[in-house]
Amino acid sequence: MKANTTNFIVTLILAFVLSLFLPWWSVMTAALVTSLFIPLKKAAVFFVPFLAILLFWAIYSFILSSGNDYTLAKRIAVLLPLGGNPYLLILLTGFVGGLAAGITAVFGKQLTLISKK
Amino acid sequence: MKYFKLTVSLIITLGVFFALNTKFGSVPPIGKFLNPYSGIWQNETDESSSGVVAISGLSDKVTVHYDAELIPHVFAQNELDLYRAQGYITAKHRLWQMEFQTFASAGRLSEIIGETALNYDRQERRRGMGYGAEQALLKMNEDKQTTAFVKAYSDGINSYINQLEDKNLPVEYKLLDYKPEAWTPKKTALLLMYMTKMLAGGDEDIENTNALRLFGKDRFDLLFPDFYDITDPIIPKETDWSYIDVPQTPTPKSEFVLDSIAETLDQPNPDNGSNNWAISGSKSYSGNPILANDPHLGLNLPSIWFVMQLSTPNHNTFGATLPGALGVISGFNQYIAWGETNATRDVIDWYKIEFNDAGTKYKFDDSWKDVTYRIEDIKIKGKPNYKDSIRFTHHGPVVFDKNFKSDNEKIGYAMKWVGHIGGNNQKTFLELNKGKNYSDYLNAISHYTAPAQNFVFASTEGDIALWVQGKLPNKWEGQGKFIMDGSQSKNDWQSFIPQSFNAHTKNPKRGFVSSANQHPVDEAYPYYVFNDGYETYRNRIINDFFNSKDKFTIQDFKDLHNNNYNLKAAEIVPYMLETMDASGLTSQEREIYNEIKAWQFNNDIDEVGPSIFRQWYGILYNMVWDEFKVDKTALDAPSAYQTIYLLKNKGDDKFMDIAETKKIETAKDLFLLAFKKAAERLLELQKENGDYKWLTYKATYAGHLLQALPAFSRFNIPIGGDGSSVNATSENHGPSWRMIVEMTSPPTALGIYPGGQSGNPGSKYYDNFIDDWAAGKYHSLNFLQSNAPTDAIIGTQTLTPSN
Repeated sequence: MKANTTNFIVTLILAFVLSLFLPWWSVMTAALVTSLFIPLKKAAVFFVPFLAILLFWAIYSFILSSGNDYTLAKRIAVLLPLGGNPYLLILLTGFVGGLAAGITAVFGKQLTLISKK
Repeated sequence: MKYFKLTVSLIITLGVFFALNTKFGSVPPIGKFLNPYSGIWQNETDESSSGVVAISGLSDKVTVHYDAELIPHVFAQNELDLYRAQGYITAKHRLWQMEFQTFASAGRLSEIIGETALNYDRQERRRGMGYGAEQALLKMNEDKQTTAFVKAYSDGINSYINQLEDKNLPVEYKLLDYKPEAWTPKKTALLLMYMTKMLAGGDEDIENTNALRLFGKDRFDLLFPDFYDITDPIIPKETDWSYIDVPQTPTPKSEFVLDSIAETLDQPNPDNGSNNWAISGSKSYSGNPILANDPHLGLNLPSIWFVMQLSTPNHNTFGATLPGALGVISGFNQYIAWGETNATRDVIDWYKIEFNDAGTKYKFDDSWKDVTYRIEDIKIKGKPNYKDSIRFTHHGPVVFDKNFKSDNEKIGYAMKWVGHIGGNNQKTFLELNKGKNYSDYLNAISHYTAPAQNFVFASTEGDIALWVQGKLPNKWEGQGKFIMDGSQSKNDWQSFIPQSFNAHTKNPKRGFVSSANQHPVDEAYPYYVFNDGYETYRNRIINDFFNSKDKFTIQDFKDLHNNNYNLKAAEIVPYMLETMDASGLTSQEREIYNEIKAWQFNNDIDEVGPSIFRQWYGILYNMVWDEFKVDKTALDAPSAYQTIYLLKNKGDDKFMDIAETKKIETAKDLFLLAFKKAAERLLELQKENGDYKWLTYKATYAGHLLQALPAFSRFNIPIGGDGSSVNATSENHGPSWRMIVEMTSPPTALGIYPGGQSGNPGSKYYDNFIDDWAAGKYHSLNFLQSNAPTDAIIGTQTLTPSN
């Protein structure tokens, strides 16, 4: 359980730091690194980084958007199309980031299994 | 097994990366697009209106005050700094739009949106847009000052582009997944060409030729007279032209080229037009002249206009700018005010070209001339380039030949267009911005070539004037109405009307000047002017209004801008109701009949009359001109004015007959047939939309430049009017900038446009003017007289030289 928490926090911090100078795939990089150094087990391999990044992206976009009355989010939620609902767009944003991170972590896990041999 | 799992998970990881990093069709690269630190969430903000920015090339400090409408008031110490700052500030608010419009102008949309735009791009290049821009640039470069200002403006835009980080790119770049390129003076020339195409890019020569061939000369003249039975021209009828001593080009013996052509180029919206007027002090409530302008263009977001105040110690100008061009286009300074409407003159002619067997030479008089080639290399997103080789004659580009909309190896059609001649039209606006009186205005417009405009003018000295200005060919009687034989030099444009003989009026006795795209002059003007799509309704309402009383107030001006009276309907509906046999109408039809009978011809949003009229007249029009639906033949049916004239005066003409029925119909029969069909459609619309009030029926919208992308557009805007009302708002077209300037010292002005100052759909300033615009409201323009901010200023940004 402790590893889950550590991985969660480190993924969050690393993703935040890497986002300052890397493009969107910084979250994949962060998840890869933590999966190598703070290995998890079973479903947690995917879900811990998934949730960490989902939270990161969703909260960050919520902060940016709520300060501007969701003006653009409402429009993009017509474009994508999410019925113009900005909260669904925030959730989708989190999900996309989380998915990319989770999948990468699964790959990282496979790498650790190889190196242990 | 481990290696298998590793491989599978690697593939999935790479797959996810690829899927989120790539644009699929219209779906943006989702990872790039949605991540909160460089994706669209970073656009969820208003542009900054404070702080200090260092800009290379500035010689002194430039202060930019923003008011509550996000209008920048720019105070520079000299003109070079001013235009550099204009470039920077415009890019800051409108970068994507200004670049996209120049791509559209140059025929480069395939680069951004892919193969779907290829036909459009080819058409624009064959129309000679890039060629015309290059000619304009050559003319601009002959003038050192214009060149320097245009360069400073370009550099200002590039200063903005260069400091942009990916996260700050306008949202459209993120959506389409590309980046801005450097601005160049050529892009300014392209933007001006874009306007030239929009306003002087239409013609009916090919359609007229087909009509002449199908119906004969007599019938053609009946349908398309050079002058209507009534005209209320821009330059008053009583004008004395005796000072003109250069005659019209004599008419050579020339034969019609009666070719059949299946399709032509896309035409600009026929409603592209405008109103402007000015009253002299004697007609004004305050004794000061008052001027108004409202250009009617497509209602787009971001709006075509960007309002600015542009000031140096030597001049102080305010008004609507075109993102991509320098200075104010429609506006005022401390001394003068000016505005434009389109002059709609025939400045495009078509010449039939006969090639030699190899297609490398064309016949001209007794010899063969070489064609020159221009290879257009069209980049296409995700595909190899497309190369189009366009042959040029001395007339202009051969638009239609075996490679484009034709399969004839030996014959082509070349376009002669004033837009290809080039001209320093930027300079006109730079000089107008600094003008102090009538003679400055005259100097400024005298070298203006295209698109020909009716330049209205008023000054604090008390003058009002209007010039129909452009480089206009001195044509022989009938020249260019139809396709001409390009192998005979006598058919070429022989000369241009000397600038000083362009039609104009200064301080006319009637105390006002006005234009609404109608005939510039009556038959007495000594040069050949024929009716090529002149407006016939708005101008009469405007002139009648100003003849109706002695004094006019600002409120009168507002009322006239927002006047929804439908003169077209008023001139035909009573006749149709009177003539039509209404005895056999069903009860539902009878109800609609009573509705339109009760209508007072105002196209107000809660009326049903305008919708009934539009349906009824639209169906009627198509029934009358069923002869104009001919397979593989480009044809334009006659104007509304002439159609109505014929319906009322020649109701038994055989054009009224519906060709495919055995019965011989007359206008009277058509009224009933069309009414019944219209009623049926209106009842359907009622079922679909709840009602057919004008608001619902017209459903005015301001569409984003990317094909009215719904997310970035505004729909169902509650505004009345229609194409032929003074408030010329139709579905997606209308008054794109309304301005009223009273020539107090300094002038007092009102202005509004259907959009907002920001080009960012994430900004509250993106479309915040639309509701007030629709309601007929105006915003006071805060004409600052010095660099000191007033109460109206909400933020100040300082641009400083960077060294």
